[in-house]
Amino acid sequence: MSIIYFLIGCSMVLALIFLGAFFWAQKHGQNDDLYTPSVRILLDDEPEKEEKK
Amino acid sequence: MQPEKFYYDNKIVRNFGIATVVWGIIGMLVGVIVAIQLYQPAMNMHNQYTTFGRVRPLHTNAVIFAFVGNAIFMGIYYSLQRLMKARMFSDALSKIHFWGWQLIIVSAVITLPLGITTSHEYAELEWPIDILITIVWVVFGINMFGTIIKRRERHIYVAVWFYIATFVTIAVLHIVNSLEIPVSFTKSYMVFAGVQDALVQWWYGHNAVAFFLTTPYLGMMYYFLPKMANRPIYSYKLSILHFWALIFIYIWAGPHHLLYTTLPGWAQSLCVAFSIMLIAPSWGGMINGLLTLRGAWDKVRDDVTLKFMVVGLTAYGMATFEGPMLSLKQVNAIGHFTDWIIAHVHVGALGWNGFLTFAILYWLVPRIYKTELYSKKMASFHFWIGTLGILFYAIPMYWAGFTQGLMLKEFTPEGMLKYPSFLETTMRIIPMYVMRSVGGTLYLAGVIVMAFNLYKTAVQGKLVPNEAAEAMPLEKLNPAASTERWHRRLERKPMLFLVASLVVILIGTFIELMPTLTVASNIPTIASVKPYTPLELQGRDVYIREGCVNCHSQTIRPFRSETERYGEYSKAGEFVYDHPFLWGSKRTGPDLQREGGKYGDSWHYNHLMDPRLMSPGSIMPNYDWLIKQKLDTSGTAAKIKAMQKLGVPYPAGYDKIANQELEKQAKGIADNLAKDHIRVKSNKEIIAVIAYLQRLGTDIKANKTANK
Repeated sequence: MSIIYFLIGCSMVLALIFLGAFFWAQKHGQNDDLYTPSVRILLDDEPEKEEKK
Repeated sequence: MQPEKFYYDNKIVRNFGIATVVWGIIGMLVGVIVAIQLYQPAMNMHNQYTTFGRVRPLHTNAVIFAFVGNAIFMGIYYSLQRLMKARMFSDALSKIHFWGWQLIIVSAVITLPLGITTSHEYAELEWPIDILITIVWVVFGINMFGTIIKRRERHIYVAVWFYIATFVTIAVLHIVNSLEIPVSFTKSYMVFAGVQDALVQWWYGHNAVAFFLTTPYLGMMYYFLPKMANRPIYSYKLSILHFWALIFIYIWAGPHHLLYTTLPGWAQSLCVAFSIMLIAPSWGGMINGLLTLRGAWDKVRDDVTLKFMVVGLTAYGMATFEGPMLSLKQVNAIGHFTDWIIAHVHVGALGWNGFLTFAILYWLVPRIYKTELYSKKMASFHFWIGTLGILFYAIPMYWAGFTQGLMLKEFTPEGMLKYPSFLETTMRIIPMYVMRSVGGTLYLAGVIVMAFNLYKTAVQGKLVPNEAAEAMPLEKLNPAASTERWHRRLERKPMLFLVASLVVILIGTFIELMPTLTVASNIPTIASVKPYTPLELQGRDVYIREGCVNCHSQTIRPFRSETERYGEYSKAGEFVYDHPFLWGSKRTGPDLQREGGKYGDSWHYNHLMDPRLMSPGSIMPNYDWLIKQKLDTSGTAAKIKAMQKLGVPYPAGYDKIANQELEKQAKGIADNLAKDHIRVKSNKEIIAVIAYLQRLGTDIKANKTANK
């Protein structure tokens, strides 16, 4: 059943990649604002609107 | 700072959309055909290329990788551009991605009916196509990360995180599960054998469900649902939380497909614990989606896309509750190998993946064509007939699963099996198979109506291939902050260095250790278990080609109901030369692990010619072409050599005399058949298949006789 160590290894590497991504997200303020992004995606950036302003 | 003007690429979205619909109809049509074959074997049109064993993988591959796959790319290419406020990184890569993916699908459509398969479920495609998949996936990755890097919006919305997780994990899974040694251009052997191969396959198989059918769809849900309802997601915080929880837990749940097999008990228990934990992050997604519509249910009444979303999310919630329940050993004992699992996956596939895809198509096509949907009535009809289709599909399958699962376990008061004949339990559930094919047909009918509706919509509008948009470029971080960062980075350097080196070391260690580990573990733990003879090996490859594994398992669980019915339960040491393993995941017919020696050669001959001769009422198709076709022995030497490389202890130079041995054994079987007045030449495929079937599970019996 040695394969299990290989798979655990692969899974750990994956987990570490994700952990790295998580730390990156925290450090770069991705999770600082947990409300605005949900509203922002509803607004589209059609050029016409910008011109009206 | 001036806002930048740029254009979203809608054409690539449209192309993936067309591919989604076309492959969806084809994949589901094949599904309906295989469903009918289960009660009308004649639906295989007496043709080896359209027989269940070969066409069932075509159905699963078409709906997963062609229908859902194209839908994922459609959704990602539409939403990623808008979330990142940037056009896709490279139009050329987009094109290569699109055509490359279609090429993969076409090669699957050609090779699977030809019987060119690795037999790994949902990874049946042979090694040249595996390499192509890897290349196209990398192209997709470069295109996606390129877009993320040149984004005009600093915050990466949660949907994009789901897309990133999808890309990274599928890449790793695909490579590990495709480790195979090529024998010829169309044939390879899996590097791992038996229980090890089984673990790799289901580590892959389960995570393919997680990271191909779940995470990209959750990502799309987080973009399209708020857009459709025009209100923000219920809780952005919850979405972040359940994203990280989901991707960290999912990867450990795979072995719940192997409960009660020869996989070590601790590994089984560990994955059950993780599977139960999965309820929380899975339901996090469902709840977040449904609660987004709180106070807006009037919109659901009027808007058919939202109806699709609500049923889709509900189906997701049901499937992700049922999954952990099925991974409980007590429930699994009844559910595994039965139609219960088929019901479970179709609630997920038809409800969650299907309905979300339809909702996105109905929402997206009018937008990129700058028009209204051609007919809301038709869409509404599609919703209702689709929902009915799911019910007509799932309920009979649950019923069939419970019925057969319980019948197979029932004993009389005297302690005998109440239904010793497997066939009896099959015949009991045939009405359910009929109902299921009706459900599937209803669902398919809905999709065809949708295709017409979308076509009409496209015709009445005009595609906007490049949609104009404007956004401020991303501000550079101010220099003061970056000098501060420079100090900080230095401070953090040891930590970063540690993590990076750990990753590198882990990868290196496992790549180096793997061959040693696998070869060492190939040393048989049961002395009497010997490698297959050349004829049996060839027979096994015919067995793989015909897809027998799609209906017949080769692993006996340690239940009295199974040991009484099939024989002694399976031992890990019995499978050490099985590259690949052939345990299967569904028993439409009985288990075959102890088939060897149960019946005479002539029984097998007649049974393969026409199963109904030996078992009246059987739903197995005829395999009469095995009698006509000559066994291709030109590759025997290469196959033996490949097996030797994988650590199977054939004596040195055995590949040179392999075909002599093969002919000798084949002649013996042909002579044996002649005694029963069956005249067949010894060079036909059926001889090899009989040799393999007669060998199955017999080695361990030899051990017992020797001990006596």
